[in-house]
Amino acid sequence: MIRLAPLILLALLLAGWEIACRALGIAPYLLPAPSAVAVALKEHYPTLVLAAWRTLSVALVSLLIASLIAQVLAFITALSPLLDRAIRPLASVVQVTPVVALAPLVLIWSGLDHPQTALVILAVLVAFFPIFSGASAGLRSADPDLERLFTLYGAGRWHRVTRLRLPSAVPFLLEGHKVGAGLALIGAVVAEFGAGSGKVQGLAWQILDAGNKLQTARMIAALVVLGAMGVALHALLEALERAGLKWWRGR
Amino acid sequence: MTSVAALNNVEVDYDRGLALGPVSLSIAPGETVALVGPSGCGKSTALRLLAGLEQPTRGQVSRAAGRGETAVVFQAPTLAPWLSARANVALPLELAGTPRAEACRRADEALARVGLAGAEAARPVQLSGGMAMRVSLARAMVTAPKLLLLDEPFAALDEITRRTLADDVLDLWAATRPAIVFVTHNVEEAVYMASRVVVLGRGPGRIVGDFAVEGPLPRPPQFRTQAAFRTTAEAVSSALAEGVAS
Repeated sequence: MIRLAPLILLALLLAGWEIACRALGIAPYLLPAPSAVAVALKEHYPTLVLAAWRTLSVALVSLLIASLIAQVLAFITALSPLLDRAIRPLASVVQVTPVVALAPLVLIWSGLDHPQTALVILAVLVAFFPIFSGASAGLRSADPDLERLFTLYGAGRWHRVTRLRLPSAVPFLLEGHKVGAGLALIGAVVAEFGAGSGKVQGLAWQILDAGNKLQTARMIAALVVLGAMGVALHALLEALERAGLKWWRGR
Repeated sequence: MTSVAALNNVEVDYDRGLALGPVSLSIAPGETVALVGPSGCGKSTALRLLAGLEQPTRGQVSRAAGRGETAVVFQAPTLAPWLSARANVALPLELAGTPRAEACRRADEALARVGLAGAEAARPVQLSGGMAMRVSLARAMVTAPKLLLLDEPFAALDEITRRTLADDVLDLWAATRPAIVFVTHNVEEAVYMASRVVVLGRGPGRIVGDFAVEGPLPRPPQFRTQAAFRTTAEAVSSALAEGVAS
């Protein structure tokens, strides 16, 4: 019963929405009834799924690139305090700058003919920080007493990094990637809005296009697909993190 | 001078006004020394100085036991959660360049000596507090150290487990006779495990008592009820009380 609670609430809300639309005779371009959204969803399903896949693939490619850059930079900053001081403020600047504000600039740089590149760059910028800060904190998270033991046993720098600091960082890396992947998806959608052209036909474009044509039901259908994709991605990442922690800790 | 490690007029200053010393303490080969004293008297600092993990502000620390001949057991088991019990114990050997197969064989032997045969593949999270502490002991003993340092090793464990582990440590000691220095709050534990009890007082931490404990090591079963045990424990307790008061 407790597990069903959110589903029951959702059903109630949808029913209320449907009844209100019919009873008050609200114009479908303002607020279509859930049934109309369902029809739009069915009608545009192939296009929407294709668009969702385009957006998702941008997010996944960005996550991969962000992961590589963030981990290499975190590794370098962990080895050199000087580079740490140099890089960290820049990384923070990237984090606090809204991706929407950067979008026009990145679009110009990547060339207006290659909006796909711009999308990836923008999503990488968003996904980068949680992975970098996770890796960075993780590499410093080793038990101080284990560090002392490594000193006592005369471990060299290489052993200290490979046998102690990298393994200690694993839970932080998993967490960072989980957050980073969610942000990569948001980054990809926001960047698509920034790009705004017909050249990038991801989910954001579906939403914009439906809006321009006052196809409100199709617009909401696209939102439903986006939401479902977000939930699925989050669940997948949670499961991956749990599996990763289980492998790391043995239980 | 035949000592495994010694502090000569050692002083350590801390940021917060706390201080250790001047303290002089010499550890002979094969003796088991308990360091007791109130919180903040510098017991753990003295131990880290003996281990070479910390440097004194003034005075000298001499250490005959070199790299790989000193082992430390901390208050927490301090095991790597991503490694099996066997890999945790094998780690000091592998860091010293022992081939993996040989290191694992010796790790299994060390685990068997602390009664953990069969638990080699278990991860730390699957072990009880007492078992994890035994793995930590096995890791300390696997390199056959000349000096074994224990920093309140059983403080987090229940009384029964503490007593069993105290006997385990003495059994391990009997096999290779390393010098043992251990820090504890517990006077009875100190007198039971040590051939010599050193009492530290507070402000600044200094030695206020140094007691020899009569009787064989490892201890016979009824040792805790014997008169020698009781009188030494009382002497240590009153030295401790004076050290806190002064």
